[in-house]
Amino acid sequence: MSDPVAAPSTRQPGQPRTALLDVDRVQKTYTGQGRTVEAVRNLTFSVGDGELVCIVGPSGAGKTTLLKVIAGLLEPTSGTVTLDGTAVTGPPPSMAVVFQEYGRSLFPWMTVEGNVELPLKQKKMGKERRAELVRDALEAVGLADAHSAYPWQLSGGMQQRVAIARAVAYQPKVLLMDEPFAAVDAQTRADLEDLIRSLWHRLGVTILFVTHDIDESVYLGERVLVLSSSPTVIMEDLAIDLPDERNQLDTRSSPRFAELRHHVYEQIQLAKHRRGGEPVTGPAPAGSPT
Amino acid sequence: MSTVARWARSLFVALALPVVLIALWWVLSADSKNYYSPPLQTIVTTFGEVWFSERLRDDVLPSVTRLVLGYTGAVVLGVGAGVLLGANRTLRRLTEPVLEFFRAIPPPALIPILFLFAGIGDTAKIIVIVFGAVWPVLLNTVEGVRAVDEVLSDTSRSYGISGWARLRRLVLPSASPQIIAGMRQALSISIILMVISELFGSFNGLGFTIIQFQRSFAIPEMWSGILLLGILGFVLSLLFALFERRSLRWYHGLRRSQRGEK
Repeated sequence: MSDPVAAPSTRQPGQPRTALLDVDRVQKTYTGQGRTVEAVRNLTFSVGDGELVCIVGPSGAGKTTLLKVIAGLLEPTSGTVTLDGTAVTGPPPSMAVVFQEYGRSLFPWMTVEGNVELPLKQKKMGKERRAELVRDALEAVGLADAHSAYPWQLSGGMQQRVAIARAVAYQPKVLLMDEPFAAVDAQTRADLEDLIRSLWHRLGVTILFVTHDIDESVYLGERVLVLSSSPTVIMEDLAIDLPDERNQLDTRSSPRFAELRHHVYEQIQLAKHRRGGEPVTGPAPAGSPT
Repeated sequence: MSTVARWARSLFVALALPVVLIALWWVLSADSKNYYSPPLQTIVTTFGEVWFSERLRDDVLPSVTRLVLGYTGAVVLGVGAGVLLGANRTLRRLTEPVLEFFRAIPPPALIPILFLFAGIGDTAKIIVIVFGAVWPVLLNTVEGVRAVDEVLSDTSRSYGISGWARLRRLVLPSASPQIIAGMRQALSISIILMVISELFGSFNGLGFTIIQFQRSFAIPEMWSGILLLGILGFVLSLLFALFERRSLRWYHGLRRSQRGEK
């Protein structure tokens, strides 16, 4: 109905920008109890400065493994992750992670304010600067009134907002999100998706967003990386040529959205039966991390 | 009104049974001619005479001092060692058999040995308290430290919270419900060991005084000493409950909200 939907995007999705994050031939094999499970076989991609990239894959595709490797929380068996020209060997200070389990990623013994402020204390920031960042971040996620509440006093969606505020206050170059909205209800989820788009626009931060939800990946991303089943490879690197101005109503009902969604859906269906781009022998590795 | 009423109600509930028991004791023992169980009235009168005197300084104070030092020692040692063992699997497996052995020794059995090495002064008595009270703190701390949530741990790492900050902001608060449960057990063990350690080779303290009264047939005085021990234990557990409620307010709130959700 309105003009921005039809207007051509000012950004050119998929166009190469200066790469900020480089994932090069990352492979991760878990060993233990006399057997090895190859979770991630070979992943190579890069994320440009200021890009919003979604990673989508069937459940059990090693998405969380990949994210943990990028975050420096898990060491790859081989391959490298490079952030801003520096190899990632531990959690880099210019990266923030938002986990799916908001209830387990916020410190229940600290108030909302305390949770957002804690990482800043580690950065040895002055008290006033900290207070300012905390206030701004909470305001940006729509929680200006919740400073002194404890996380467990808030709803799930609000708790995830606190986790996002904490990441925002940290002023990262790259924001990693691991299925952050998988555990909230549909309405809240739509609100949070729009929050992510608006924060991305306002802050110019680079976002790598992992999800199993195809609609979500198409709605949010400038690019969607489709992963295969474990052992994981990239099946497709798809540019999302939807207009930059997106909203739940118009974007999701646009023909182009339906086409893209259809395409990704097809790829995911294919992915379920393709592991590492090779024919499969034997049953899927049970209990492999997602 | 409702707040006052609720207060009055809970006060009544809390006090009803003690009042009834004391009244019963008072009435039933009033005409007691039994030498070993004198009327409560006599015990109460004696209580004032015996304990509001220089005994307060000469016997109660040394006992309480040893209790406080022994208990504090047990908590510090238990939490310190518990954090180390909880965080280090190899260390845990290495020390487990030895710890199990020491834990199996009843602390009072150590008294004769300790008196040989540390004399019959305060040191030996404090060591007995530490030796007995350290276990619940240690074992609960180990469990608490091991149970730190993986997601919370990853979150802390990704925000560069490590070393000392990790211990202070993540590990200790996260383990605090278990640590405090261990501290509660340790408190009652400490009181028991305080008394027992004073029954042997002692020249002051509550346990020493009570056994002296008993040996010299000062029966009402002996009863009053037992009463004082009861009161001491009661006051300490009340203080502990207050401390627990303050420091674990978040935990109880979290549990309530988790129960509410399900």
